[in-house]
Amino acid sequence: MKTALKSLVLSGLTWAIITMPGIPVQAAEKAAADTGDTAFIIICAALVLLMTPGLALFYGGMVRKKNVLSIMMQCIAVMALVSVQWVLLGYTLSFGSDQASLIGGLEFLGLQGIGLTPSADFGTTIPHQVFVAFQLMFAIITASLISGAFAERMKFSVFVVFVLLWTTLVYDPLAHWVWGGGWLTKLGALDFAGGTVVHISSGVSGLVAALVLGRRHGREREAILPHSLPLTVLGAALLWFGWFGFNAGSALGANGLAGLAFLVTNTCAAAGALSWVAAEWIDHGKPTVFGAVSGAVAGLVAITPAAGFVSPLSSVIMGLLVGPLCYLAVSRVKEKLGYDDSLDVFGIHGVGGTFGALATGVFASQALNPAGVNGLIYGNTHLIQVQAVAVLATYVFAGLMTYLILKAIGLFTDLRVTAEEEETGLDVSLHGESAYGYSEEGQNTLSLGAV
Amino acid sequence: MKKIEAIIRPAKLEELKKELSDLEVRGMTVYNVMGRGLQKDIKQYYRGQEVSLDLFPKVKVEIICRDHWVERIIEVILKVCSSGQIGDGKIFIYPLEDIIRISSGERGDDAL
Repeated sequence: MKTALKSLVLSGLTWAIITMPGIPVQAAEKAAADTGDTAFIIICAALVLLMTPGLALFYGGMVRKKNVLSIMMQCIAVMALVSVQWVLLGYTLSFGSDQASLIGGLEFLGLQGIGLTPSADFGTTIPHQVFVAFQLMFAIITASLISGAFAERMKFSVFVVFVLLWTTLVYDPLAHWVWGGGWLTKLGALDFAGGTVVHISSGVSGLVAALVLGRRHGREREAILPHSLPLTVLGAALLWFGWFGFNAGSALGANGLAGLAFLVTNTCAAAGALSWVAAEWIDHGKPTVFGAVSGAVAGLVAITPAAGFVSPLSSVIMGLLVGPLCYLAVSRVKEKLGYDDSLDVFGIHGVGGTFGALATGVFASQALNPAGVNGLIYGNTHLIQVQAVAVLATYVFAGLMTYLILKAIGLFTDLRVTAEEEETGLDVSLHGESAYGYSEEGQNTLSLGAV
Repeated sequence: MKKIEAIIRPAKLEELKKELSDLEVRGMTVYNVMGRGLQKDIKQYYRGQEVSLDLFPKVKVEIICRDHWVERIIEVILKVCSSGQIGDGKIFIYPLEDIIRISSGERGDDAL
């Protein structure tokens, strides 16, 4: 009796669901989702999301204590803003039907027509909505990464508008070019998990934004130092952990390719940490914790485009090269050129991403991944040229668009906080709160309310 | 009455407190301070950017005492805090005009 009642209720519910307006009934001939792949990608999506609060800690430790909340707020704001933008508009611009190889069509506006069964084109063994969620997390971390370049000086209102415009006008088209069937897909550029789309685009956009906004006050006179490296270490640990979802998940299935991506990701991060620390140990005589975690992140960036295409041994070589390269970029080149990329978004993500994209053209192996192409060491000189085109296109497009977006916003308002607000610190002047105690002096009594 | 100000290495504070307590010198005011003298700068590195640490964390101990106690207290401070290296700190002695205990209004030596 009970069972009969239960099945009646269940069938009633099923009927209600399939006939509910707004939820499309998928055609029966579409392939069913693979449960293993689906479970894996849902978990990977959560791992990639965790990278953004991880980044908030990574960056938060690097700024002065009067600005730690402002940079964390930027990361949290991106999670909120892009999550909504992606559902309304971002996904369809990235993965909608190809329009002139440049942008996705609008058929998935508001995710209409996307249901519980797999898409015919992307992630064909997982529900389409799971693919949407997984890709969303990449859009979030990319926009968050840029915030490190103009840390400690941008107005929050400007940041909100910038993130929405940048994600819509830069990230979404780039994701379409590389992953959504756009011209870089057709050209044969390899980008397993986002070397160009995520790291070069955020790095170059960060550099341009740092140049447009100008240096932080006092940058010429005094060193601006990290206020809490333990926060940075914790953030780096979360990034490394989340990166497994980022790279292994980009196999879009629980399979051998995901295993390869997982292994080379860990290996390259480790080799990056080793090589950065070795470089600074030789250079100034001290192995630093900040260097170790920076090197690990540089290694993670470098392996991102290559993760599903290169062998573990190749990932060791990539990690050993990218550490010293990024170390020189942040310790020498930045000083020489004098731009104030506060937290080295270009020095690590731009430079490391460029290296990784080109190294993919060198080390990619078709024997490991039949969907890939052989690189230079296997005698193919074509792939590295294609990779160079993808890198160049990303530099030009992301750089130019970021410049135009900031100039456009600048027509309506100042991009920077006032000198006085900057001096006070963005936590108090923009957000009305302090990270540690109530004031800079450690004074912890304040009168309540207005006097 | 005199005020003794001793700037010492932070690691010596606990031992100094104990040795002074043995002399029944209990009252003191302690500050965490930053300062510099002959001690050489310490180099720090942040992503290859070199920074000089040229103010060092020290502890300042203030002790108020009768004139004839001064030498005995100095002796204890020297015994505990001197390692023979630069960076051990300095002692300053000041004459003191008056003392008032806030709870009772007692003045001068009675307030000690």
